[in-house]
Amino acid sequence: MELRKNYFADVRKDDLHEIGQDRPRSDSPGHVTGKTSFFADRNFPGMLHLKMVRSPHHHARIRSIDTSEAEKHPGVARVLTAKDVPHNVYTILILIQVGPEDETVLADGKVRFKGEAVVAVLADTERAAQEAAAKVKVDYEVLPAVFDMEEALKPGAPLVNEYHGQNYYLYDSGECRKVRFGDVEAGFAEADHILEQSYQSSPIEHAPTETTGCVVAPAGNDRFTCYTNTQAMFFTLDNTSIILQMPGSKLHFVGGTVGGGFGGKVDVIVEPIAILGAKLTGRPVSFIYSREEEMQISSPRAAEKVVIKDGVMKDGRIVARKVTGYTDAGAYSRHSPYGAQKGAGHYPGPYTIPNVWIDTYCVYTNRTPSSAMRGFGVTIGDFALEVQMDKLARLIGMDPLEFRFINAYRDGDMKAHRQPTEGAALIECMQEASRAADWPVAEKYMAMSSYAKGA
Amino acid sequence: MAKVPVQFTLNGSETAEFIDSGSTLLHALRDKIGDTSPKGGCHQGTCGACSVIIDGELRLSCLTLAENCNGTAITTTSGLSEGGVLHPLQRAFLDAFASQCGFCTPGMIMAAKVLLDHTPNPSRDEVVQALSGNICRCTGYEPIIQAVLLAARANSQNAA
Amino acid sequence: MAIKRGRGVAAINYPTGMNLGGDPTQALVHSTPTGNFMVTLSSVDLGQGMKQIMAQICAETIGVPTDRVVVDTADTDTGPHCMGTFASRGTHRAGNAVIQAAKEARQVMLEVAAEELEVNASDLETDGLGNILVKGAPQKAISIFDVALSAHFKRGRSISGRGMFLIPRSYPEKETGAMKPSTCYAHACTVAEVEVDDETGEVTVLTVKNVFEIGRALNPKMVEQQLVGGSWMGISHALYETTEPYYPNRDHGGTDFNQYLMPGPGDLAETEIIVLERPSADGPYGAKGPGEMCANPQIPAVANAVFDAVGVRIDTLPITPERILRALRAQAAT
Repeated sequence: MELRKNYFADVRKDDLHEIGQDRPRSDSPGHVTGKTSFFADRNFPGMLHLKMVRSPHHHARIRSIDTSEAEKHPGVARVLTAKDVPHNVYTILILIQVGPEDETVLADGKVRFKGEAVVAVLADTERAAQEAAAKVKVDYEVLPAVFDMEEALKPGAPLVNEYHGQNYYLYDSGECRKVRFGDVEAGFAEADHILEQSYQSSPIEHAPTETTGCVVAPAGNDRFTCYTNTQAMFFTLDNTSIILQMPGSKLHFVGGTVGGGFGGKVDVIVEPIAILGAKLTGRPVSFIYSREEEMQISSPRAAEKVVIKDGVMKDGRIVARKVTGYTDAGAYSRHSPYGAQKGAGHYPGPYTIPNVWIDTYCVYTNRTPSSAMRGFGVTIGDFALEVQMDKLARLIGMDPLEFRFINAYRDGDMKAHRQPTEGAALIECMQEASRAADWPVAEKYMAMSSYAKGA
Repeated sequence: MAKVPVQFTLNGSETAEFIDSGSTLLHALRDKIGDTSPKGGCHQGTCGACSVIIDGELRLSCLTLAENCNGTAITTTSGLSEGGVLHPLQRAFLDAFASQCGFCTPGMIMAAKVLLDHTPNPSRDEVVQALSGNICRCTGYEPIIQAVLLAARANSQNAA
Repeated sequence: MAIKRGRGVAAINYPTGMNLGGDPTQALVHSTPTGNFMVTLSSVDLGQGMKQIMAQICAETIGVPTDRVVVDTADTDTGPHCMGTFASRGTHRAGNAVIQAAKEARQVMLEVAAEELEVNASDLETDGLGNILVKGAPQKAISIFDVALSAHFKRGRSISGRGMFLIPRSYPEKETGAMKPSTCYAHACTVAEVEVDDETGEVTVLTVKNVFEIGRALNPKMVEQQLVGGSWMGISHALYETTEPYYPNRDHGGTDFNQYLMPGPGDLAETEIIVLERPSADGPYGAKGPGEMCANPQIPAVANAVFDAVGVRIDTLPITPERILRALRAQAAT
């Protein structure tokens, strides 16, 4: 890695003692000696292991659940169903007033994706829990499922989630988050060329080497200590407090080093049910996702569809951009309404475009709920935007890098969401890339600056 | 369930434990004996985080039956440093900033140790080959490859 | 049939912190009797090195070496509230909270030192090595060790501070979408060079040259860790990863590391990282969040390079050999 200090030297003081120094990481000696403590390194006498009975169907009504055989299985301490969870219907962003509550800790009457948690089995060993889970009998009435976002938005599509009442998240702005800036139709009318293209992604898993989980121990004083690899301690504690209708003062969460997160450990999934198990049995409980659960049950990055329509002039200026983004939330909201909305704030990308129209939808389908992942709301949008930029440049016969200089935002430029640009540095990144990659651009672009014109 | 005795040398110390028949070595080490340096990342032999050395050979402890380890000599990452002094590989992982979350690190170090024990001056390709059974999601592997090459250089300088 | 070479570029920006703000983080700082400093947080270290960076920020602000700072975090019984580690917010939000707490603690430390040296606190400075000096008269000095002892045992002062950082929440205007998503943005430009085998559809990424603008590299080696790993993940996303290979079909999902594909140590592109620093107005020592954005530009850069190599557009991720071969076949048919 090289630090190129010649850029922005006028706005930076390099007079610091500790900042900017390659200090060794204080946690590394623990890592290399195997002494760093991860949540699953805790082991308590009498600890129970929790295994989940999961839906084999994408969408089904639950007619009945029979746990009697499982309860008799040797080593089983307790079997939990929806009726055991004090506040079973929840949503995690309720803490910042983003509702409605739309998901169940344990399925109650219905399952909405394959792999959904239905019954929790707590037993002395993992093996006993697994064997007992296989003895739980659930009678399902399979319902029509919908997997395609466009199908889900059509009238008459199977309703995925009754708590929403329709297959999209209802923002205060309506069926999508909107950005309107300038007059996009006038921009298209003025443009020399118009290009409309559609981009698509599939769900992506965080695949941390350490799977999601927690170990809970009753502290003996009516409090519970939860060793967890959550990415958000109080967010998880407070949601657990709501779900279990238990004062937050009874909960003690201990985290620390997490074996990779990438956004995959911000859903509140394992902690509430494990703590409930510990409370109802009085014993320590371990609930750790198997690798298969991590890969297919834990929330992935959403599949997205992005449709971009651009109006561009022969001289390289983009004069209008219309973006319609669809985020496949799967069966439940989790963080997806936030992510889809984040996309609305990100488009039209780091470019100054006078006429912009953005609609971003959060769509429900019968698949594993998606949620946050590294680059949430932006990564797939950037793929679409930057492939579109390449196509536009070739459409008008311009070098793709030069084309970006023409449209790059600079300090003071008004963004579509009506914030003036501050602290821009796109131009300088492209100038340095031009040098590093030996991708020459015209001298006038190498002379540009992100600083406001005339500043 | 019937318990069976296992006895082996762990990082130079005689170690014995009663375990459930059919338990993995990973389970015996972590949950019975208390050496949590091998990590359980997949329990199906695809991530390498549970790697240990048994009689000089690299083994996945999640796929090894503990009762089959009677009489063996087992090395884990927690047993590498001697007298508070880091093993050259541990030192190199520090110096090369080769750990981020650290979950894969003990397994990586085991794989690298077996390589260097057999091939003190490996080529880059040999390092890549040796690490190819271990998953890392943070680093992009390059710093880990560099750490192993750094340790090999340090070893050869010490030997010279 | 041939192996064809191409290159592509992409340029991006990325917001720092939770979108639309409203995401608080608090920090507490106090000294021990001998002048070591404890930073207490509830933020989570995911491996990105949160603890080390918070120690360096506290040390810089107090004016002591980093090894005199201990960070206690991710314990809800001791640490004050942090919204969590996500949205490239850790360094920015917690760093600002630590600075505020450390400044308050530093002020008490200087006041105690001023009493010991019989000068005004405003006339004192730290040397970064553990001493407090009178400006312009460095021979008149006291160690932070002695100041802390005095505070604890003689003066009855608590060398401590509280920090809080909150960007007020922005609510998007319903019709226009007027809003404030973030206060600062990181930037990147990536050029990728690939080889595409038009017989097998296989893509080999030969080189990626990444330029990242991240505000300030608080610990350059640790920044490099994230940027190298992120660049790898971007390439992985571009070419390999999905839990549903035939989306929207739900079948064929990978359940382990044999089926869920990622580049291994033998599949690495030659990776170059260049870092620029335009300090952000509200970042801790100018830092922005680089952790997420560093994995984004490689995806379109690789897609554009594939087009440059073989002349087909793959607008669906991941860019698999199957998709390339189907596109080549469709192209040949027209």
